[in-house]
Amino acid sequence: MLKIENLTKRYRTGDLALNNVSVSVQPGQVVGLIGPSGAGKSTLIRCINRLVEPSSGQVLLRDENLTRLGKGQLRQARRRMGMIFQEYALVERLTVMENVLSGQLGYVGFWRSYFRKFPQQAVDQAFATLERVGLSDHADKRADALSGGQRQRVGIARALLQNPDILLVDEPTASLDPKTSRQIMRLICEVCAERGLAAIINIHDVALAQMFVQRIIGLKKGEVVFDGSPDDLTPDVLTRIYGEEDWTRTIRKPGNDEAEDGAADEDQVELMARPA
Amino acid sequence: MTAIAAAPRQWRRPSLIANPWLRWGLWLGLAVYLVIGIGAVEVNWQRAYEGLDRGWQFILGFLKPDFTSRWGDIVVGMRESLTMTVTSTVVGVLLSIPIGVGAARNLAPAPVYLVCRSIIALSRSFQEIIIAILFVAMVGFGPLAGFLTLSFATIGFIAKLLAEDIEDMDESQAEAIRATGASWWQVVTWAVQPQVMPRLIGLSVYRFDINFRESAVIGIVGAGGIGATLNTAIDRYEFDSAAAVLLLIIAIVMICEYSSSYIRKWVQ
Repeated sequence: MLKIENLTKRYRTGDLALNNVSVSVQPGQVVGLIGPSGAGKSTLIRCINRLVEPSSGQVLLRDENLTRLGKGQLRQARRRMGMIFQEYALVERLTVMENVLSGQLGYVGFWRSYFRKFPQQAVDQAFATLERVGLSDHADKRADALSGGQRQRVGIARALLQNPDILLVDEPTASLDPKTSRQIMRLICEVCAERGLAAIINIHDVALAQMFVQRIIGLKKGEVVFDGSPDDLTPDVLTRIYGEEDWTRTIRKPGNDEAEDGAADEDQVELMARPA
Repeated sequence: MTAIAAAPRQWRRPSLIANPWLRWGLWLGLAVYLVIGIGAVEVNWQRAYEGLDRGWQFILGFLKPDFTSRWGDIVVGMRESLTMTVTSTVVGVLLSIPIGVGAARNLAPAPVYLVCRSIIALSRSFQEIIIAILFVAMVGFGPLAGFLTLSFATIGFIAKLLAEDIEDMDESQAEAIRATGASWWQVVTWAVQPQVMPRLIGLSVYRFDINFRESAVIGIVGAGGIGATLNTAIDRYEFDSAAAVLLLIIAIVMICEYSSSYIRKWVQ
C-alpha cells in the first residue's frame, strides 16, 4: 500500500539524513520505526507527506507517486495521510473541536473553513471521534487547557478526521508518562485495527514498541539495518542499531534460550534487512 | 585535612575583553571623548537665565490651567485629533496585516518578502514629523495630512512587529495544519492567526495610544488636531491655555494606557 523506493534525503547543510531507504507497508500493518536520535526517523516520516522534500527516490501511496505531485495534488494526497506529533502540535488557542475539525481542512473550501461552517457529516464525525478517544466532555475547551495525554488524544482525533489510509506517527509518547504512553499507543493501535489503517510509528522506547507493533524497522545513520518481527529484536540487533550497550534487560521475553535463538535470528535478520 | 588542603585556588570571572591593554585603552578613550564632548557644548548662560523666567511662567500656567477662554478651539482640536487617531489606526492596522504576513520569511516567497520589507523600511526610516511636512505640502493644512501621516507610520510599526511575531511562532502548529492537506490561506487562518492574534490586538491598542500622542506633535507642523491648538496657544504665550491642552492630552493618554493593559490581559 505504501511503497518507499530508494529514498534519499540530503539536507542543504550536507547531512545525509536518509540513504537509499526502501520499505513497503501492507494495508493495516502497524510498523514501529526505531533508531538513535539523528538516524533519520523524523525525516523519513516527513518525506512521505513531503513536509520535507526528498532529494531522490520515490514514495508510492496506493500506486500514486507522491514525489511527483504538484502543489494541489499534493494537498489532496496529504488528506489520506494522518499525522500525529511528538509535542501534539495542536493549535493551542483553538478549541478542542476546532483542532479536531482541522483534520477536515483539506476537504472544505477556504471561506467555509474560515467561518467554521463545516458540513454536517464532518461535525458528526468529529463528535463521534471525540467520543471514541474519550474526550466528549471537552469539545469546547481550549487545547492548552488539556493534559498531555488528552492533547495527544485530540491529535489522534484530528488525524482520524482526515479519513486517512495511513497514519504517520512521530514520537507519540516522548512527552508522556509511562502509563499514559501505553494508553496512547494502545489507542493508536486500536483505531488502526478498527479502520484497517496502516501506520508508521517513530518511537524511542523499544520495549513499548515491542509491546504494540507487528513489525519493527531499525534505522541507523539513514539506512535500514533491521526489518522484522518485534520478537526478533535480539541484543545483537539492538547493538547494530544503537551501538554497544547491555541490551538484555531492555528486551521482552527473557525466557528464551539465547545461544540458539541468537544464531537463528541473525540469518533471518539478514534476510529481512534487504529492501522489500 | 592533610596535604590536599593547600593554598585555596583563586577564581575570577573572565573579563569580556581579555586583553587588559585593549580593555583599559577603551575606558581611557571613552573618558577623553566624554571630556572633550562636554567641553564642546556651547552654553549661553545669559540666555538660559532669561529663559528661566519663561519656564517659570509655563509652570505657573499649569497651576492655573485655563480651560475656558480657548474652550471652543480645544474642542475642535480634540475632535480632530481623536478622529485622526481612530481612522488612522484602523486603516493603518488593516493595511499592516497583509504587509506583515508578506514580510514574514517563513510564510512569504522571496519577492513578496522583499517588497513588503521595503515598504516597512521606508515607513520606519522617517520620523512622523518629516512625513507630516511632506503630506501637508501635498494635501494642504489640516487633519487629512495628519490622517495620512499616522496611517503611514502605523504600517511601519505594526507590520514589522507582526512579521516578527509570525517568524517567532511555533512552527509545529503550522506544520500540523499543513499536514492535513490545508491550503496556504487555511494555514494562515488556522495555525498562524490564532498564535499572533493576541499580540496583534495588543499592538493595535498600543499604536492607538501612540497615534494620539503623535497627533499632538504633528499638529505643530500644520497637520491639524490638538497640536495646532497647542502650538497657537504657545505662540501667543497663553501658557494657561497650553497647560489645559497638555493636561487633557495626559488624561486621554492615561485612559488609553489603562484600557490597553486591560484589553491585552483579556485577549491572552
